[in-house]
Amino acid sequence: MTNHKRFVVTGLALTALATVAACSGGGGNTQTATQSGSAAEPVTINVHTFGGGENFGYDEAVKKWNAEHPNIQIKYQNLTDRFEDVYLPQLLQRLQAGAGAGDVVGIDEGAMGLMAARPQFFTDLSQYGLDSRKADFPAAKWEAGLNADGKLFALGTDMGGMTMCYRKDLFEKAGLPTDREEVGKLWPDWNAFFETGKKFEAAKTGAKFMDGPNTIYNVILFQEAPKNGNVAYFDKSNQLILEKNPAIKTSFDWVQKFSQAGLTAKLQAWSPAWDKAIKGGGFATMGCPSWMLGVIEGKAGESNKGNWDVAAVPGGSGNWGGSWLAVPKQSKHPKEAAEVLNYLTGKEGHVAAFKEAGAFPSSIPAQQDTEVSGLKNAYFNDAPTGQIFSASVANLQPVFFGEKHAQVKTAVEKVLEGMDQGAVKYDEAWSKFVEAGVKAAG
Amino acid sequence: MTLQLAPPRQGSRRQAPPPRRMSRFDLKGVPYLLVSPYYALFAIFGVFPLGYTLWLSLHDWELAGDKTFTGLDNYAALVTDAAFWNAVINTLGMFALATVPQLVLALMLANALNKRLKGRLLLRLGVLLPLVTSVVAVAVIFSQLYSRDYGLFNWILSWFGVEPVVWQNEKWSSWLAISTMVDWRWTGYNAIILLAAMQTIPRDLYEAAALDGASARRQFWQITVPMLRPTLVFVVFISTIGGMTLFAEPVMFEGNPMMTGGTTGQYQTVAMFIVKEGFRDFQMGYAAAAAWLLFVLILLGTMINYGFTRRIRGAR
Repeated sequence: MTNHKRFVVTGLALTALATVAACSGGGGNTQTATQSGSAAEPVTINVHTFGGGENFGYDEAVKKWNAEHPNIQIKYQNLTDRFEDVYLPQLLQRLQAGAGAGDVVGIDEGAMGLMAARPQFFTDLSQYGLDSRKADFPAAKWEAGLNADGKLFALGTDMGGMTMCYRKDLFEKAGLPTDREEVGKLWPDWNAFFETGKKFEAAKTGAKFMDGPNTIYNVILFQEAPKNGNVAYFDKSNQLILEKNPAIKTSFDWVQKFSQAGLTAKLQAWSPAWDKAIKGGGFATMGCPSWMLGVIEGKAGESNKGNWDVAAVPGGSGNWGGSWLAVPKQSKHPKEAAEVLNYLTGKEGHVAAFKEAGAFPSSIPAQQDTEVSGLKNAYFNDAPTGQIFSASVANLQPVFFGEKHAQVKTAVEKVLEGMDQGAVKYDEAWSKFVEAGVKAAG
Repeated sequence: MTLQLAPPRQGSRRQAPPPRRMSRFDLKGVPYLLVSPYYALFAIFGVFPLGYTLWLSLHDWELAGDKTFTGLDNYAALVTDAAFWNAVINTLGMFALATVPQLVLALMLANALNKRLKGRLLLRLGVLLPLVTSVVAVAVIFSQLYSRDYGLFNWILSWFGVEPVVWQNEKWSSWLAISTMVDWRWTGYNAIILLAAMQTIPRDLYEAAALDGASARRQFWQITVPMLRPTLVFVVFISTIGGMTLFAEPVMFEGNPMMTGGTTGQYQTVAMFIVKEGFRDFQMGYAAAAAWLLFVLILLGTMINYGFTRRIRGAR
């Protein structure tokens, strides 16, 4: 008994010792950090982003800045290629812990609602005069950067725009036109797209007309949301309006119609099977925001160069995806961080990123730059992507993202996948869809 | 005894104390000091997280959001959450589907390897080989074998005119697929442990039984299995804990780590449920409560299995 007690005491003492050591170590670190921030030495601004391939495309822009600004050096790190399951949980933990986040951090569209609901973690950028940038951005991009307190906390980087990618070789096999102008004319609206799909299936090429439920659902949802009060799953007071918003029901109905008619290859987006089908010609069309071109090029590979092409999307303009940059409050150099943010989201930063990573600029001056509007994509048969994407974002309306947008999105799309693959019956799918969304909004 | 109780000589009393105190510390204190690093680390990385998880489970806390004390609300919500019970059933189902054939197979394999065979060492090493591969590699390869369009299993099935099976789509098919991954990796490991135990069973027991005219099968059931009881208990414990915390295989099988375990949660395990709640939906309190319920589940599972294996009686 006594032995046992003594052992516990020893253990506790050692633990306490270790803790003290750990604490003093931490204290030392903070001290060095403060010292390096003094006026004599250059300030280091950590820029943290995410994304595969060329991700944010800041290598050139950062090199240029560092050469011109000896007093403010950017340290650019792309932390991971996965946003939802790696970057976001890590960023939230670092915000909560009050240390470890970058001075400038990238945030994806899906989490903007979540971050806007946590104004306590971000610097108000209007303190540093960045509210003067309003005219540079479409309303859609600007308004998502305002948080729950109405303060400006993030400025836009790229945006998706919206086009339709198609397999030229499969269209030829099915006896459909292959020229991108003519293909665009095949489908002025989604009904015409549906009819084209039936024609394609009748030709029995061995491939399906479209990939699966996820991409088409997002494409239609972001076209419909602006027609229904600029909201998706949540209204502006963060109440779930899944059942009430006609935009969602319309998108759902279209997915169901495509699936029931057997036009989909029943593939879940971002799964290994989906990757294989992009490469192997498993399906002929897919909704394509600008960043999706890079995805297709990466997954289909060099051997498919020229097989994929890009045409106008049915149903007019829309946007899917895009990111923002923000300055966490824990940053020790918010002023310098805001300067860097201003540069990266300015015309120069946008154009450099577009050239490097193909990320279509959300900044209007950058969109109008001839380097952007004149760009052609060699992989997609020299398609004038600059022009096509500029047209797709003309008159773009903002869409409000609720705090739990990402969770609801994941949950309801799972039901769509289940419906497409047969795990959820078609006539039960809508009620399951609503049920899943309500639960995720919990 | 009495002799030893004789009073010590006077002189020794004065000289003894200083060295005695030192040697007492040497004897009683130092061992604790030597083992303490482990316990210190265990306290930091074992006890503290356990306690903190318990504390968290009593709160409604969204990651990087407000934290409010809610008592047992999370637990109350969990026991009425159909998704949680779905995960529990999936976990138990896959555990049964994977472990029962695995242990039977391991026992048979061990028995076979215990015989005089040519190239015995090579065969014994061979069954351990799957263990050397990483779980993720196993899961990636198996997921490809089970893929709908270009998978090996669907290709073989197509010889018999069977339509391609979407293995992820149904509970039975996904459970089966995941169970085979688990078995492929762990059967050999269990077989080797059982084999080691079999080799400690005295040969003369078998000789005596053979003299009495017991068949090989009877020897196996009446001597081998009862003598293996302590090892079987260990193997069952390890399998239970492994089965209850099943994670990597179903995650890789899903292909895209959103932790939903299929479109309608066909193969979402409790471990996946916890990660989904905590790091996809950021409900830390809820996830912590689920983690504690998983702990209870493992305790219960181990106790039931212990009772089960204890019933293996000695030969009569």
